[in-house]
Amino acid sequence: MKRNNLILYGALLVFGLLAPFLFPAFKLQISFMWILVILALTWDVQGGQMGYNTFGNILFFGIGMYICASTQIGLFFPLEEWTASGGEKTFLHTPSQYFLGLSAGLVLAGIVPVVVAALIGYGILGLRGHYFAICTLGLGIAAGELAGGIEIIGAGQGMTAPPWPKGIGDTEFRSEFFYFLTFITMLATFTFLRWAYQRRFGLVLNAIRDNEDKAEAMGIHTMRYKILGWMVSAFFVGIAGGLVGNMVGYIEPTEIAFAGATYGVFMILMAILGGKGTLWGPVIGAMVFHIFKEGFWTFFLGWQYVALGVLIVVIVIFFPEGIMGWLREKFPERFGEVVDEADRKAQVVLK
Amino acid sequence: MWVTMVSIGYRCSSGIGLSGERTIDELKINHDMEEKMLKIFHKTLVTTVSVVALMATAVTQARVDGDTITLGAAVSETGKYSTNGKHTRNGYNLAVKRINEMGGVTVGGKSYKFKITYYDDESNSGRAAQLAERLIKQDGVKYMLGPYSSGLTKAIAPVTEENKIPMVEANGASRSLFTKGYKYLFAVLSAANQYLEVAIDLAVEKNGGKPVKIAMAFEQDAFSQDVRLGIVEAAERTSSDIIIDDKLPKELNDMAATLAKVKATRPDVLVVSGHSKGALTAIRQISEMKVDVPMLAMTHCDASKLAKQHGKKSEYALCAAQWHKSLSYSDGFFGDGKKFDSDFTSEYGYAPPYQAAESAAALLVWKAAFERANSFDTEKVRDALALTDMQTFYGNIKFSSAGQNIAKPMVLFQVRCEGDECENRVVAPTKWASAELVHPIPKWSDR
Amino acid sequence: MDLLIFQVPILMVQASLDGALLGILFALIAYGMALQWGVMNIINIAQGEMVILGGYIAYTMYVMGIHPAYGVIVSPIIMYFIGWLLYKLVINRVVDRDLFISILATFGISILTQQLMNFIFGADVVVAQSNFGTTLLFDDMVTLPNAKIFSALVGIIFAIGLVLYMKKSKLGRAIRATSQNARAAKILGIDTERVYAATFGINAALCGVAGALISITFTLHPYVGLPYTVRSFMIVIIAGLGNLPGVALSGMGLGVFEEFSDYILGTEFRIGSVFTLLVLILVYRRFRLSRKREYLE
Repeated sequence: MKRNNLILYGALLVFGLLAPFLFPAFKLQISFMWILVILALTWDVQGGQMGYNTFGNILFFGIGMYICASTQIGLFFPLEEWTASGGEKTFLHTPSQYFLGLSAGLVLAGIVPVVVAALIGYGILGLRGHYFAICTLGLGIAAGELAGGIEIIGAGQGMTAPPWPKGIGDTEFRSEFFYFLTFITMLATFTFLRWAYQRRFGLVLNAIRDNEDKAEAMGIHTMRYKILGWMVSAFFVGIAGGLVGNMVGYIEPTEIAFAGATYGVFMILMAILGGKGTLWGPVIGAMVFHIFKEGFWTFFLGWQYVALGVLIVVIVIFFPEGIMGWLREKFPERFGEVVDEADRKAQVVLK
Repeated sequence: MWVTMVSIGYRCSSGIGLSGERTIDELKINHDMEEKMLKIFHKTLVTTVSVVALMATAVTQARVDGDTITLGAAVSETGKYSTNGKHTRNGYNLAVKRINEMGGVTVGGKSYKFKITYYDDESNSGRAAQLAERLIKQDGVKYMLGPYSSGLTKAIAPVTEENKIPMVEANGASRSLFTKGYKYLFAVLSAANQYLEVAIDLAVEKNGGKPVKIAMAFEQDAFSQDVRLGIVEAAERTSSDIIIDDKLPKELNDMAATLAKVKATRPDVLVVSGHSKGALTAIRQISEMKVDVPMLAMTHCDASKLAKQHGKKSEYALCAAQWHKSLSYSDGFFGDGKKFDSDFTSEYGYAPPYQAAESAAALLVWKAAFERANSFDTEKVRDALALTDMQTFYGNIKFSSAGQNIAKPMVLFQVRCEGDECENRVVAPTKWASAELVHPIPKWSDR
Repeated sequence: MDLLIFQVPILMVQASLDGALLGILFALIAYGMALQWGVMNIINIAQGEMVILGGYIAYTMYVMGIHPAYGVIVSPIIMYFIGWLLYKLVINRVVDRDLFISILATFGISILTQQLMNFIFGADVVVAQSNFGTTLLFDDMVTLPNAKIFSALVGIIFAIGLVLYMKKSKLGRAIRATSQNARAAKILGIDTERVYAATFGINAALCGVAGALISITFTLHPYVGLPYTVRSFMIVIIAGLGNLPGVALSGMGLGVFEEFSDYILGTEFRIGSVFTLLVLILVYRRFRLSRKREYLE
């Protein structure tokens, strides 16, 4: 790693660590920014690196959220009483119960989606192209609809995550606690993916994207790697889901947990905006998107969806390669590409 | 088949990649390239920090600024609740305008004006919770108004509660809001389970005190499911039978299956609740399928303009409402219900559904509380809110220790037609009844 | 589980008829999707929104005092031009690109349309009254709203008309030629750009018809388009591209499946079961195809 990069990673780390104290009013929003970074990064494992455009990663988000909250409550109290008649009862966790429940919940929120991904992966990752895209779309929506019919997790009424225990600090402390949890999760996701992309894993994923049949013909067990990749995504997305459930405090099947229309689409947009198939693209895309969204969104009052619609169309038509792709085209030298001027001039745009 | 298979596979694998086919060697180089990209990222990071810092400096808006008191609200402008969100917003705005015109709020001998900071919650509970946090933490809002719908209120309540910000809400009727021991939540409306209980009691009464058979269909959302709980309890109390209990998905606009079952089982009461869409779909299909039930009880009849949109087809539908213009309550701002109705109509061009009335009442509660507290301290204002006991054009308001309004009964009205003109007539409670309940509903063959 | 349907067998007749009539509507929308998918290789996520927009056109006529049933003539004409415009503005830039790009671009159009409809027509749930009455069968036990029968008839007429048009007319032939091989068609002098625009327009017109029918049989709201998109996608997948009888049959099949799952599993699982079916069908298809592939090896 070069010195320059070290400084950069350091700066990012320092920003992440100091942010809650520098901008105390924005703790929650920056936490959500890290969550979005996780979602974009993990979507890119399929969408960017592997060439499998999934709409269904939100499935793991929702599963993680429900599993985490159910574990937190179910470990100490009867879950069905908690969710009965729209969640009228509230049991108070003691601090030790709360943190024990949260850590167990988050671990399960990671593991259960991994198991689900492994189980359904063989069937679903065998699909290609738009069949895969629409199948995963169906998967996400079906999960939300089915969750809305299950009584023990509150059905259509939703369920509440356990409130912050009494006697362990105020809401500021709570926000800081969840801020650092999301930040650490984001760092873990990034570091893990950075490590994995430099291994055979990353190369195989790219090979699958570029030509799956050839890769298979060369003796790579593509299916294994596809499932493995999905399991990686599922793990981190599941934990992100568990965290969001606790941060929001209220879990609704189609709007928060299996929120295909918001997080499910945002994760794709952010990855494409930043530049899919790169490590930093989703990170930048998520940050730009989130800042744009939070900064300007709220002032549109109703027009934001018009703006979002136009934005999507413009991005996919004019910048399908995203910010990173655009930068790379503009400044190829900076990316270490050797450009022959004569060659560049000789290029003709093919129509 | 083999050929199509290959061609599909080829199309996807070649098309989706970043830059078509690349060799493994090139891929290795890519990782070095990405390190270079970091340089550019550095710039982005600097921009990020500066933008965030810029936003941070903007957070100086105080809750009371000069002579304005800022209330915060996240109300749906987009998404499935946007109609009712509009009613809510119009109710809030009309009340703000009226209170400000009539001298504003007097605290400490000085007169202040109300102002509402709105965000659009996109009919999404996750978004609503985030916006509540934003209103409190970044915009410095110390006093909140509720969103539309129980689900969204349920999402916001934990946030306001943890930040100890009092919220007066007018559209979250879910009973579970009042059992969690929230101290900073005050609702001017009756709880959702009370909406249609009365209808079941009425049906039993008309049945000579004998238990009735109930068929019901409720949308899968917090509010409608709470109305359902009320019915379930009323059924237990009167030992009535629930023979059909359907839950309608939010996206569904077809109830034919439920209604066919109703037709086959002949219940005494059919209860439907699913916001505006549920009410309109139900009436359309009931009339088309000629479903004969002695009593049809619903919610959201006035918000969906049922009597206007379906005309005679909606006749005899029994509707629960928090308010009706013919109620004889009054206050010093809007006069009585009739006056509010005409003022609202001249301002916004349509008759106010009860969602607008209860929203307007929330502002009257705030004004009274500020004046009684004579302070802007949130704790003092909260205590003053808790002691609210007043009459407004919308009804009496007095909060239980859980924050629920216990001084106001629900109103039941029945859609009645004269010629082609249909309107809502109050049938219960008897104090305000302007028409006698028609029971059982005449058969379709006789209508 | 609700077994009422087995105790009262007449409900099966009701469910089948309801489902079939509903299915014809789905099939009409799905046929438009199959057409553009086959010809232009575009998956249009905004399909459902175009349906709803068509419905609003009929509703606007109803508000103006014209019988909404005339919407089945007016709405497709307006929608044809809207579709054509949409093609010129956006779709022509994504035609030759990756399918995923078209999915995303039309997704953008879909949320844009939802919001614009919200501004123009208001967020109220609306209905248009046809006052067609009801047909009663089997001693009043089975009811068929005439509006539904009307929409089924209109759907069938448009489907037949379209098949004839594709077979006989010059443009229809050009469309079919382009879908078989766009390059060859271009070489033979077909203006493929015009063909694409016309195809997208025809698709929008079909959505317009379906929308007008929905306005008199169900309810309209700016945000209820997506289920129609997904259902039509499913129908096309089951039937295959360019297979009209298949589209009609699988459309009705889907309608009946929905009604029956409503009766048997319960209404809360109705939409969920549709999407689960979608996943299952796709996975089944993948295993069937992969068996074929191994066999050939």
